[in-house]
Amino acid sequence: MPNLEHSAYPAATLLHLESLVPCRESQVSMLLSIFGERQQLSFPSIFIYGHTSSGKTYVMQTLLNTLQLPHVFVNCVEHFTSRLLLEEILIQLQNRSSETEEAAHVPCDTFNDFVRLFKQAIVSQGLQDETFYIVLDRAEQLREMEANVLPAFLRLQELTARNVTVVLLSEIVWELFRPNTGCFEPFTLYFPDYSIGHLQKILCQNHPPEYSADFYSAYINILLGVFYMVCRDLKELQHLAALNFSKYCEPVVRGEANERDTRKLWKNIEPHLKKAMQTVYLREISSSQWERLQHDEGEAGQLKGLSAHAHVELPYYSKFLLIAAYLASYNPVRTDKRFFLKHHGKIKKTNFMKKHEKTSNHLLGPKPFPLDRLLAILYSIVDNRVAPTANIFSQITSLVTLQLLSMVGNNDQLDGPRYKCTVSLDFIRAIARTVNFDIIKYLYDFL
Amino acid sequence: AHLSPCSIFWYEDRPEGQKTQIEEDLNKQLFDNLVSFLRRSHSEFQEKTTEWNCQMKSREIPTAALVLGVNVTDHDLTFRSLSEVLQNRVTPYVALLQAKDCPGIKNLMQKLLGQLMNCYVDQNMYKICRKKSAMSLWSIITLYTCDSIFLFYYFETPSKKRTSSRHWQSPPVVVIFKDMESFTTKVLQDFIVISSQHIHELPLVLVFGIATSPMIIHGLLPHSVSSLLCIELFQSLSCKEHLSTIIDKVLLTTQFPLKLSEKVLQVLINIFLYHDFSVQNFIKGFQLCIVEHFYTQPLSVLCCHQEEVKKRINSLSHNQCENIRRLPSFRRYVENQPSEKQIALLTTDGFLKETVQQLLDDLNVYHENYFPVLRCLHVFTSSLPKYPLGKQIRELHCACLENRVWETEEYESFLQLARMLNKCDLVTMLQKCVEILVSSPGKEFDKTVEKLKEFLTQFQKLEGGCALSYVPLQIKLKLFYNGTNGYHFLWYILTLLELKESRRSKKLTKFEMLRFEVVDYIDSVVRNYLVPADHKTLHEIVYFNTASVLREHLNAAPRVALHTALNNPYCYLKSQALRSDGGSISNKAPDICIVYKLHLECGRLINLVDWLEAFSTVVTAVEGPNADAPSSDQVDDVIHARFIRAVSELELLGFIKPSKQKTDHVARLTWGGC
Repeated sequence: MPNLEHSAYPAATLLHLESLVPCRESQVSMLLSIFGERQQLSFPSIFIYGHTSSGKTYVMQTLLNTLQLPHVFVNCVEHFTSRLLLEEILIQLQNRSSETEEAAHVPCDTFNDFVRLFKQAIVSQGLQDETFYIVLDRAEQLREMEANVLPAFLRLQELTARNVTVVLLSEIVWELFRPNTGCFEPFTLYFPDYSIGHLQKILCQNHPPEYSADFYSAYINILLGVFYMVCRDLKELQHLAALNFSKYCEPVVRGEANERDTRKLWKNIEPHLKKAMQTVYLREISSSQWERLQHDEGEAGQLKGLSAHAHVELPYYSKFLLIAAYLASYNPVRTDKRFFLKHHGKIKKTNFMKKHEKTSNHLLGPKPFPLDRLLAILYSIVDNRVAPTANIFSQITSLVTLQLLSMVGNNDQLDGPRYKCTVSLDFIRAIARTVNFDIIKYLYDFL
Repeated sequence: AHLSPCSIFWYEDRPEGQKTQIEEDLNKQLFDNLVSFLRRSHSEFQEKTTEWNCQMKSREIPTAALVLGVNVTDHDLTFRSLSEVLQNRVTPYVALLQAKDCPGIKNLMQKLLGQLMNCYVDQNMYKICRKKSAMSLWSIITLYTCDSIFLFYYFETPSKKRTSSRHWQSPPVVVIFKDMESFTTKVLQDFIVISSQHIHELPLVLVFGIATSPMIIHGLLPHSVSSLLCIELFQSLSCKEHLSTIIDKVLLTTQFPLKLSEKVLQVLINIFLYHDFSVQNFIKGFQLCIVEHFYTQPLSVLCCHQEEVKKRINSLSHNQCENIRRLPSFRRYVENQPSEKQIALLTTDGFLKETVQQLLDDLNVYHENYFPVLRCLHVFTSSLPKYPLGKQIRELHCACLENRVWETEEYESFLQLARMLNKCDLVTMLQKCVEILVSSPGKEFDKTVEKLKEFLTQFQKLEGGCALSYVPLQIKLKLFYNGTNGYHFLWYILTLLELKESRRSKKLTKFEMLRFEVVDYIDSVVRNYLVPADHKTLHEIVYFNTASVLREHLNAAPRVALHTALNNPYCYLKSQALRSDGGSISNKAPDICIVYKLHLECGRLINLVDWLEAFSTVVTAVEGPNADAPSSDQVDDVIHARFIRAVSELELLGFIKPSKQKTDHVARLTWGGC
């Protein structure tokens, strides 16, 4: 067991820290050696990246809190403009010591102001002799702010001439951050994904007080066996574990099995977990509904998931408009004559098509088409005459707002708008069936 | 001319009030479910935060996915009443967000905070908030930036003081996204991520208004974001059912004196079914009918409740009496009267008024009888296979209004099918009919009800007759075919069996005799009461029947109108000189019309020079014989300028656009080219 070692901190604190951050010892010791002692200057900026829930935020938070290092922790998604972000840093900094009294709010519009105010605040808080840490979570948002924000944060130590370190946390690699104009290169540190063994270890740490750790660990083993293939997100796994644990305990509670009867317990829980993977994990039904289902012993069949309600009821002409749009999107223009003209003559598919059109249009995705073509197809597939009323045109627009069609290109109305049909084949077949229209017969791919 | 404005308002108000009442009833179930969901959503966590289970579970944002159907125009009203219901019953903090107001997360936050700050009803609390977060308020007002932390300030700080007061147990903050489909992914994602970080301090509940299907949530949000939500589905009543209820409660009653003729109703229903599914638009169309009827029909003064009629008839002027005499239905009536009565009707106003009074009373009685009998007939037709006269009562209503329903083929097939009904169904139908007739206000139904009851008792006496012979089989088959399709199948089998049996015996059983009698009796009732309205005298007064006006207003065809205006300017300008004589182009027409007509003859690309030449030929055509000057190749500057202007007008209207393929050509944007 690689113990954390650092001369500046007492061994007991380090041991406690180690117990809090399982499977991340090497990263923590690396960070500790970069940080150095409290009064030592640290590296100006550190960039930590790794996949979702690989413990970046948690490790940083625990590290700074346990060692009681002065720091601010800011989420960049929440503070979506540079102004909000900078003010938030200052507010947190000012409120560090004085918990009751709120300091007066100072507007901070530019980075220049920030540097000035930051220097003042450091002095007023008496933090000159220590390294101060600014942690920016979800740092990828910084790229969308003004161009100077990211480079300025990277060399904040230099700009303020104070002992400060900026830590950026992100899910993407540093190469995607680097601005064109160049900047100070931060120290990059990678947090690898947790392996299955790590997950097992971490999940078992928090076992419920009523049951033994071994019992819970066996449960986690089964859970990972089912879910590890699809989900490696620690938070999600923890959530799923908590959701299904009561079901696992059921035989024990009823007295049908004891805690060591792993086989029996496995038989009981495995189908249940598989069902959970198809429903609650995909958010087909909500976790509270899932719990109620467990509780009432009801059948999951009664509760339909979100995707069971895929059917959309549309007005009569909207259905035909959508069908026409689908045909226009997936049929080559040249085939329109063949499908919609009465005396089109015989056209063989093989010698009729150009080479690139021989691949399935459904594999290539929908193609844009002009409004005129849509209407022409509409008029030929609807049996009775359709007057080009304002209602028809507004129906096209409402199909766009419903995201069943999408407008392509710049939306200059006079220039002849172009659309794409965004619905799937299954969806359009269901629609076509309701109006007795055999859409397969009109699709070039299925000839 | 003799139109009292108050009557319009009276008519408008009444159906409106009625409708809102109906709407509330319709949405009640949905709202109740939502309210209980909202109450439940955060209570669980408040109760048992110490339990292991709750500590381990990641806290999700409770979310209601509210599927409302594609009739987006109706949603506004639903959301308004929803937020009202929520404010009355659950929480004062309700915010309604619309995609067009929230292009970015910043705007969304502003809008949200603005709405939530208005929710503060409690003055005391408001003061606390003001003091506590004066700076954030100040910053919102002056700098137009906001932050969910402020929100958090608002709700966190007062709640500390609130814990003592029992009734105020931190009500949830409900954020309603009216049109989920139109929101950009980024805004939604950011908002959900931000609020999930504060879910411990802020009891937030989201409501997604969805027009298409709940799958859109998965389309808009990636798994990492949707896993922060705890989504439950709620579905509103389908708009078709909604419409049926409105028609049933508003149009198929005697409550409102104004009625719609078959064609008008058909226009309204067609717009609904073919175009928009919008109940609001249907109601607006109905209102338009009301206004149009009272505006155009001078005799609509008489279209009012029965108590008023007498007073109004007595105050009729001579002119109005003449108007009555001119009504086609009244003329028909007069022709059928004996000659001395004819003269009296045509000359004496007093006698006319008396007769009109009586005729209007007749019309009223006709309506009182019509609707219950229609409902009875619907009981029969809606349960027969293939629905010979339509599944919905509105279809049956239209069929009856159109012409004598008993003369149609569908009615014939209905009778045939009805003669094959089995006893069980027949009895339940008759019972339903009795119920309808008993509860109806019509006074003439005593006899009918008596007769039907008599039939029922006769059926009861039949027990043990031939009907029994196939009852066991029926039960067996019903067990097999549990469902409507199965039911129809079974029905056919039974009829076949029965036919076979009757053919074998050649003699009608008692049951069959009775069944014939019942069907014949129903037939006679239908013939008696379901006479089309336009066969009734003075129907013009209460029936609005100019469907063409309605169609013009509600289902406008701008392209067609534009084409007519440009192709045949006489239609709108009414100048004799423009009266066209076929296909030729008159040079008196406005320039744009000439240019338009010329361009109709061209293909997809139009050569501007040729076009100009043709234009100048047409314009100078009539002056041609008079003018002695030989036509030069050079086109007159004025004509050139006129041409350019007309072409650019045409471009503005969207008929042509400059082409990139050839510089001196323009491209047509409409079809019709070769």
